[in-house]
Amino acid sequence: MNFFNIINQLSEVDPDVMGRLDTRRSVFNSLTTVSKRAALASAPAFLAAFFSKAYAGTTAGDPKEVFNYALTLEYLEEDFYKKVVASPIFATVSADDQAAIRQILKHETAHVNLLKTVITTIGGTPTAPVTFKATTFATLTSFQAQLQVAQLLEDTGVRAYKGRAGDLLGIPDVNITGVGMVNPLQAALQIHSVEARHAAHIRYMRGQTPWISGDGDLDGQEHYKGAIPESNTTQSGVDITKLGGGYTAKDAQASFDEILTKAEVLAPSRAGGLVG
Amino acid sequence: MSDKLQPRGTEESTLAQPLYTPIKRRSFFMYAGATAGASALVLAGCSKDSDDATPSLPKGNSTTADGSISLGSGDVGVLNYAYALEQLEADFYAKVAALSNGATLLGATEFAYFQQVAKHEAIHRDFFKAALDRDAAGQTLRGLTPKYPAATFTSRATILNTAKTFEDLGVAAYNGAGKLLKTAAYLVIAGQIVSVEARHAAYVRDLVEKGSFSSDVDALGLDKAMTPAQVLTAAQTFITEKLDGSSIGVN
Repeated sequence: MNFFNIINQLSEVDPDVMGRLDTRRSVFNSLTTVSKRAALASAPAFLAAFFSKAYAGTTAGDPKEVFNYALTLEYLEEDFYKKVVASPIFATVSADDQAAIRQILKHETAHVNLLKTVITTIGGTPTAPVTFKATTFATLTSFQAQLQVAQLLEDTGVRAYKGRAGDLLGIPDVNITGVGMVNPLQAALQIHSVEARHAAHIRYMRGQTPWISGDGDLDGQEHYKGAIPESNTTQSGVDITKLGGGYTAKDAQASFDEILTKAEVLAPSRAGGLVG
Repeated sequence: MSDKLQPRGTEESTLAQPLYTPIKRRSFFMYAGATAGASALVLAGCSKDSDDATPSLPKGNSTTADGSISLGSGDVGVLNYAYALEQLEADFYAKVAALSNGATLLGATEFAYFQQVAKHEAIHRDFFKAALDRDAAGQTLRGLTPKYPAATFTSRATILNTAKTFEDLGVAAYNGAGKLLKTAAYLVIAGQIVSVEARHAAYVRDLVEKGSFSSDVDALGLDKAMTPAQVLTAAQTFITEKLDGSSIGVN
């Protein structure tokens, strides 16, 4: 047993450890904060101090914070669809469209309730509800205008969940009253794919491709941009357009959805600007 | 031995949160072992674990005793698992996209969309092969030989229902496999792909039955999640080679 063996072991679960030790970069690549905590709890003091330095600045990864962030977005979506259903326009749209919106609203409400329970179960306090900005909603004077916002909300939600999944890796199962054992990461993924189904259906209702191909009428919006824009065609260092016999940039971008960071999601140009 | 540490008491309030962390026991001993020889017991545990190079875990693409192809263990197993499913999906959509009467069977717009989906799935397949060849050289699952019930490609209904089966299965597979990964970067990639699969699934479902894009979501608002064993049982019907996914995520 020597010090370098420890580093080697750590680099097995965290390939970036050497980078951290060098630069203290706050990438939460591999070792989740919870594993870090366990390592700290298990290790003698000098080693704890050593790891603390290596991971200084890695504040992401508190599951309570992750789920409260998700809850905020779900509150926003839920309130938006409540406003859609309550608006006078709603009675004028087709039965199919009404059914779709009601089904989506039902899911958003279920997500709010589940997330609140998960947060409480892991010892957190659910964040206060947020609402969709009334003055903005008032400007949505047609069902089509409402659907545009619905698409932006859903596609942003998909990107938001994706951006935090890594922070939930390694979180233990929790026993939720009336539900049973739930793996928090899996639950987040199960919500994430529901949001993607919503996004696809809203896009389909609007005559857009269900996936993000780059030629949609809203693709120029900030919701599709960011540090890693939806137009990205390189994944894990692999140039997708050069795989196999070659693929178009449009197919390459549509094949992978991209993450948004919390700061990007909550920016005024995206979901943050819709809270009011 | 359990893979998980039990909760441990701690005086440090910053460490008060979940400590049931599934950190590998071996890794734990490595950390604990840094007590630098203070504990012979721990050191003994360490050296034992160090010598125990998990010889029983299969390599990806190895042949098991019963002639199955192993998907491998740990993250490699998860990647090969995804690669197997993407091979199946890519093959199915390539066959649909190549139908000379595709536009007649599905409608021109739908057929054009299916041709896009065919590209997405081919990209997913090629991506996993490239990632496996790079990150786990020699363990990349071989090319599989998909098989389909007769008449799969002869009617709108059979094409759509097969597509729905594959897409929903893919979503449930990724949803269930995420927690089996150790490397966060792979989890993010899986997340980037599963939402595209969910978009496909929603679209295909809407074609099968209008408004059914998320009909299978449960009362908690959750999409389906399935274990590798469940998924492989369903997928095996469509794959000639026998796959063994029993060590996926295990390491």
